[in-house]
Amino acid sequence: MSESRFRGTEQYIATDDLMMAVNAAVTLGRPLLVKGEPGTGKTQLAEEVARSLNRPFLQWHIKSTTKAQQGLYEYDAVSRLRDSQLGDARVHDIGNYIVKGKLWEAFTIDVQPVLLIDEIDKADIEFPNDLLHELDRMEFFVYETREVIKAHHRPIIIITSNNEKELPDAFLRRCFFHYIRFPDKETMERIVNVHYPNLKKRLLSESLEAFFEIRDVPGLKKRPSTSELLDWIKLLVAEDIPPEALRGDQHKIVPPLYGALLKNEQDVHLFERLLFMSRRKKD
Amino acid sequence: MMTDFFLKLRQAGIPVTLTEFLTLLEALSQRVTAHNVEEFYYLARAALVKDERHYDRFDQVFGSHFKGLETLFDQVIGAKVPLEWLHKLAELTLTDEDKALIESLGGWEKLMETFAKRMAEQEGRHEGGNKWIGTAGRSPFGTYGYNPEGIRIGQHESRERRAVKVWDRREFRNLDDTVELGTRNIKVALRRLRRFAREGAAEELDLDDTIRSTARNAGYLELKMVPERHNAVKVLLFLDIGGSMDDHIRACEELFSAARSEFKHLEYFYFHNMVYEGLWKDNRRRYTEKTETLTVLNTFGHDYKLILVGDATMSPYEITYPGGSVEHFNPEAGEVWLDRLLRTWPRAIWLNPQSQKRWSYVPSIQMVRELMGERMYPLTLEGLGQGIRALQRIR
Repeated sequence: MSESRFRGTEQYIATDDLMMAVNAAVTLGRPLLVKGEPGTGKTQLAEEVARSLNRPFLQWHIKSTTKAQQGLYEYDAVSRLRDSQLGDARVHDIGNYIVKGKLWEAFTIDVQPVLLIDEIDKADIEFPNDLLHELDRMEFFVYETREVIKAHHRPIIIITSNNEKELPDAFLRRCFFHYIRFPDKETMERIVNVHYPNLKKRLLSESLEAFFEIRDVPGLKKRPSTSELLDWIKLLVAEDIPPEALRGDQHKIVPPLYGALLKNEQDVHLFERLLFMSRRKKD
Repeated sequence: MMTDFFLKLRQAGIPVTLTEFLTLLEALSQRVTAHNVEEFYYLARAALVKDERHYDRFDQVFGSHFKGLETLFDQVIGAKVPLEWLHKLAELTLTDEDKALIESLGGWEKLMETFAKRMAEQEGRHEGGNKWIGTAGRSPFGTYGYNPEGIRIGQHESRERRAVKVWDRREFRNLDDTVELGTRNIKVALRRLRRFAREGAAEELDLDDTIRSTARNAGYLELKMVPERHNAVKVLLFLDIGGSMDDHIRACEELFSAARSEFKHLEYFYFHNMVYEGLWKDNRRRYTEKTETLTVLNTFGHDYKLILVGDATMSPYEITYPGGSVEHFNPEAGEVWLDRLLRTWPRAIWLNPQSQKRWSYVPSIQMVRELMGERMYPLTLEGLGQGIRALQRIR
C-alpha cells in the first residue's frame, strides 16, 4: 500500500509520529483517535488525509444531544403516519422513511472514504460504547427493513476529542491513538511558512518570538494556539505592521493586535498587569 | 522480546491489553514500518498507549527495554527531597489514649510568643527532648513529634494531625478524577440522590397526550412533544485537601471521580482544613486563583445540595478564632463561615474519611459535628448511604 501513505500536504505539516499513526490506522483499517490542545489542527488532519490520499471526505459533527443511532440511520415514523392519513403512495415502502446517517453513507460509498467523527467527547458517556460493534465489524443491521449494511471498503475513520470526558476502555482498545503535541519553534516556523510563503523572514521570527513569550505567561486561562498565531500573522500582514514594532524588549512593548492571541478578558488583564509590573521594575 | 516488553508495560502501570498488543503485531506483519527503531517506537505508542498521561512512562519502558538502559523507575518512584535541618531520624509513637492525655501548653498567644523566643535561643539542630525545636520530641515546635497544639516545621506529610502552623508550603496535586477502580459502588450510592425532571427543548413524543389530542382532533394526528428527562439534582462539593487529608486521598479521589460522572450540575471547590473567605478550583494555583467564598455563596442557589468532605482534624483554633488558620490570616473564624454556608444551603452533610472510632478523641471533629447539626457521616459506602438519605430528608 505504499502509494497511499500519508506524508502531510502542502497546507499541513505532519510530524513523523503523526504520519506513523495515520498510516498504521489506514493500513489496518482501525479508527484513529486524535487528542490535543484546541487549535492544533485535529479537525484539519482528517481533511488533509482525505485530500492527500485523494478520497471523499465525510464529516460527522457530534453535539451533546447526538445519539449513536443517528450516525447509522433514523426512521421517521411520524411523517410516515402523517402521509398515511393524507393517502400518500410513498407510505407503502418503509425505505422512504429511513434517513441515512453518516456511517451508512461512509459504508456504501464506492471508494474508501475518510470519515471524521468530530469532538466525540461532547456526546453522552454511552455514545462511544454504542458504536463499538459498528466500528469493529464495519456493519450494522437495519431493523425496519431487515437488511444488513456492510461497508464496501473499511472507511478511514478519524476521531477527535478535546478531553472533556474520559472515553471507555473498550472503545480505546479498538483505536490507534495520537496526541498532537504543541509544535516547537521549528515546526511552527514550517507551519507558518506553509500558510504565508511570502512572509518576510524578520517578521516571522519576531512574531514567533512574541507568540511563544505570550504562551509562557504563567496562569493564562487559554493559551494561544497555532490557529490563533496564523490569524494574528494574517492581521499583522494586513495592517502592514513593520517587524520593528514587535522587536526588542518584549516587556516594554505590548505586541500590536494582541487581541487575536488572547481571547479572554481576564487573560488580557493579567498580561497587561505583568507588562506594567515589569515596566515599573525597569524604570 | 515483544512479550517481555508487553509485560513490562503492564508492570509500569500502563493499561495495555492483549487486543492492543495483537494489533501491534498485526501492524508489524503488515509492514507498516520499514524496520526503523524510530518508526517502530511511534507505531508501538499509537497502538498501545491510549492516554497522553502515560506517554512519559511508555517512553521510559521503551528506552529501558530496547536500548538496554538501566531501569529509570527507582528514580521516578523513590525520589525524595532531603531535608537538611529537620531530618527524620526517629519517630515518637503514642497510643490514642496517650494523645488524649497530653495537655496543651497554655493559649494561642502564648504559643506564638514562646515560639519566637525559642527560635531566637536555639542555634543548632535538635532531636528528641521536649523543649527545643527539632525532630521527634514533645516540644510544641518541630516535626515528627507529638503535642496537641504543636507547630510543624519542615515536614513532608503531617505526621500527627494537630499542627497549628504549617511552615512548609507544599505543592499538592489535584485530585485525580480518573480513578475508576471501585467507584461503581459509590456511583450506585450517589444515584439515590438523582431526581429526574423535564427540562430543555421538547424532543420526546408524549404518547398519552398525542393519543388524547388526536382523538379530540377527530382522528387526525396531532403530535405532542415533551422535553427529555434529565437528572436535575444540583450538587456542590467542597473538598479538604492537603495536610491531614493526605492519608485519605484515595477515598476522596474515588468519591470525586464517581460524582463527576454522575451529576450534570456538579460544582467543586477545594479548601484546607476549614472553610474561610477563599476557595479554589485548581490546587496548583491555589495561591493565585482564589474564588471568594462570598461569590460562591451568591452564585449557587438554595436548591444546591452541599457535600463537605474533610477529616475535620485540626487545631480547635482553626474553627473558633479569627486568625487561627494554618495558612493565612483569616479575619473571621471558621465557624462563622460554616454557619453562612449552612444558611445558604440548608441541605448539607459532612463526609469524614477519618474512621468513626477516632472521632471522639479529636475535639475539632466534635465541634464541626455540632456545627453541622450532627450531620457528619463516615466516608464509607454505608456512611455515604446514610448521608444521602439525610440529604433527602431535609426540606
